Amino acid sequence: MSDSMQTLEDHTRSDYKYGFTSNFESDTFPKGLSEDVVRAISLKKNEPEWLTEWRLKAYRHWLTMKEPKWPNVKYPPIDYQDMIYYSAPKPKKLLNSLDEVDPELLETFNKLGIPLEEQKLLAGVAVDAVIDSVSVKTTYKEKLAELGIIFSSFSEAVKEHPELVRKYLGSVVPANDNYFAALNSAVFSDGSFVFIPKGVRCPMELSTYFRINERNTGQFERTLIVAEEGGHVSYLEGCTAPMRDENQLHAAVVELVTLDNATIKYSTVQNWYPGDKDGKGGIYNFVTKRGLCKGYKSKITWTQVETGSAITWKYPSCVLMGDNSVGEFYSVAVTNNYQQADTGTKMIHLGKNTRSTIISKGISAGFSDNSYRGLVKIGKKAENAHNFSQCDSLLMGDKCGAHTFPYLEVENNSAKVEHEATTSKIGEDQLFYLMQRGLSEEDAINMIVNGYCKEVFNELPMEFAVEAQKLLAISLEGSVG
Amino acid sequence: MLTIKDIKVSIEDKEILKGINLEVKPGEVHAIMGPNGSGKSTLANVLAGREEYEVTSGSIQYLGEDLLEMEVDERAQAGIFMAFQYPIEIPGVSTSNFLKSTVNAVRKAQGKEELNALQMLKLIREKIQMVGMNENLLKRSLNEGFSGGEKKRSEMLQMALLEPKLAILDETDSGLDIDALRIVAEAVNQLRNENRSFIIVTHYQRLLDYIVPDHVHVLYNGRIVKSGDKSLALELEEKGYDWIKEEADSVPA
Repeated sequence: MSDSMQTLEDHTRSDYKYGFTSNFESDTFPKGLSEDVVRAISLKKNEPEWLTEWRLKAYRHWLTMKEPKWPNVKYPPIDYQDMIYYSAPKPKKLLNSLDEVDPELLETFNKLGIPLEEQKLLAGVAVDAVIDSVSVKTTYKEKLAELGIIFSSFSEAVKEHPELVRKYLGSVVPANDNYFAALNSAVFSDGSFVFIPKGVRCPMELSTYFRINERNTGQFERTLIVAEEGGHVSYLEGCTAPMRDENQLHAAVVELVTLDNATIKYSTVQNWYPGDKDGKGGIYNFVTKRGLCKGYKSKITWTQVETGSAITWKYPSCVLMGDNSVGEFYSVAVTNNYQQADTGTKMIHLGKNTRSTIISKGISAGFSDNSYRGLVKIGKKAENAHNFSQCDSLLMGDKCGAHTFPYLEVENNSAKVEHEATTSKIGEDQLFYLMQRGLSEEDAINMIVNGYCKEVFNELPMEFAVEAQKLLAISLEGSVG
Repeated sequence: MLTIKDIKVSIEDKEILKGINLEVKPGEVHAIMGPNGSGKSTLANVLAGREEYEVTSGSIQYLGEDLLEMEVDERAQAGIFMAFQYPIEIPGVSTSNFLKSTVNAVRKAQGKEELNALQMLKLIREKIQMVGMNENLLKRSLNEGFSGGEKKRSEMLQMALLEPKLAILDETDSGLDIDALRIVAEAVNQLRNENRSFIIVTHYQRLLDYIVPDHVHVLYNGRIVKSGDKSLALELEEKGYDWIKEEADSVPA
């Protein structure tokens, strides 16, 4: 408790903790989007022709699509010609050691609390840090390489392992999947690539810190993780973003593929700038995340703690194609002030004996709106499929909203589908009880909320769980009056 | 220690307490008895600071301070503890985590050094034996799925750990079998000292077989209608509450 409490106290004395901007020089395109811009991005990155064509195809398709209006969120129209689609920090030459890294960039990492110097010593976590659009430094790479594991920036993977990228890119989220995925496919700047070869268990948690740094730059990450037969990896993604007045679009795509008996555990702590107390500014987080359990008995677990962004539109999903494959989704989504979230998951059961679990914990405070939207689909051939869904909403105050939109499509009679849902208000009795034992109101709320989210936090790797609790405390600060 | 002067208390415009006076000195044990609906629990909750109870007039002084000006947590930090009639369940929060947090919150507020994990464990182990609670409960979510007896033991454990100056037991004996009752009484008796005071709210005299009070007050219809020593409790046990009611009702208000 004392840790998270300390954070809360710190926070009451400061504005958004991660709101600062680095000034390192960047190589930035002018505003606007066209085929020329798409080509220029590809050229800038020295991409092979097939990839340039892939991007162009996506772009042309995007032009024919319409922005989705079905999510339960409201925002002014986005002017896609008023954005910058490429921005890279300098220097871009390959670096061998930390000494060669821009000192200001290192300082940025220090402010974020992830100094690379210490990361090197920190056993168990390798960091591929993405500042704006280009990966600057990858650690632990050599150690991983000995096991045949590839953990690199996406651009690097395109250069060094084009056959793998070509094989899997767009195989889970096709370039024309949806409006924002198509946009990402056309202009994605960089991201991460992970490949776990047959029979290898990745000995450490892999993690990436993303950061939007350039004014007016939409960020379009692309992540692709492939685990071959019997492979195992746990991947952590954490986000912080600098304070900003104008809204920023963030449209990432994450694709996961597991072959026979392979496991991918993908954990996210999302803390993009949520906007100020009056709902001004903040990130638009329109993300497509999907995993394909391609092989027999393969497994994909999404765990997310979403506290940031002005608007979140995100449904990490699992396509359970392999027989006996398993999909899991554990989520905590917090909205405060004027934040809006429409988030949930899709579990698509195609194979026999497939199982999925959905645990969603929504917390709404202030004037925010928090929607769970989830689809459970059982295909014709999915004999003995089993889904368990639990969707809980917790309301703090009476000006916020919580909504649940569960969709169920069952085409096979042998399916077993269970759904539980609760909506509760933070209990006066609980608050009184804890405060009667000497806890302040803030501490009492944190304790109740952390307890409510425990099933999800339990799924997070230890250090992430601690960070998640801190974020929750910060996000809900001052939300009860 | 505690001086209650002519307080009147309402819930949703209904007057529950109609002028209560009570003086509790350090080290004293006061029993508040009375029939159901007489306002006993209201008095306990007002002392602890529950919001729904509106104090419309009167004053409460606690250790020289205006108690009614203090928030719930400030009262707790200043040494007021209430054992709940119905302890609240907090899902997902382990009992041990809860105990650590509260003990350190109170210590911190009182300017004492916070205990580290090892010191805390030692302290909890020591007190848990005193109340005869199963150590396994520490790992479980607070009060969730606890039996009635386990909940009450847990309340006594919290009381022992927080070392209050004024402990209020709000019908802690309700629903307890004789063994559990003894445990509660033993906990209170062990914690009794010349500086610590107790207010024991109870419907039945049987708890007072084990905890011998210095003063007994009978609450009826929002007023203390009779005060005496421990013999008053025995008299109530023997004769019930009807004679008190008759006596009170015959006196013009």
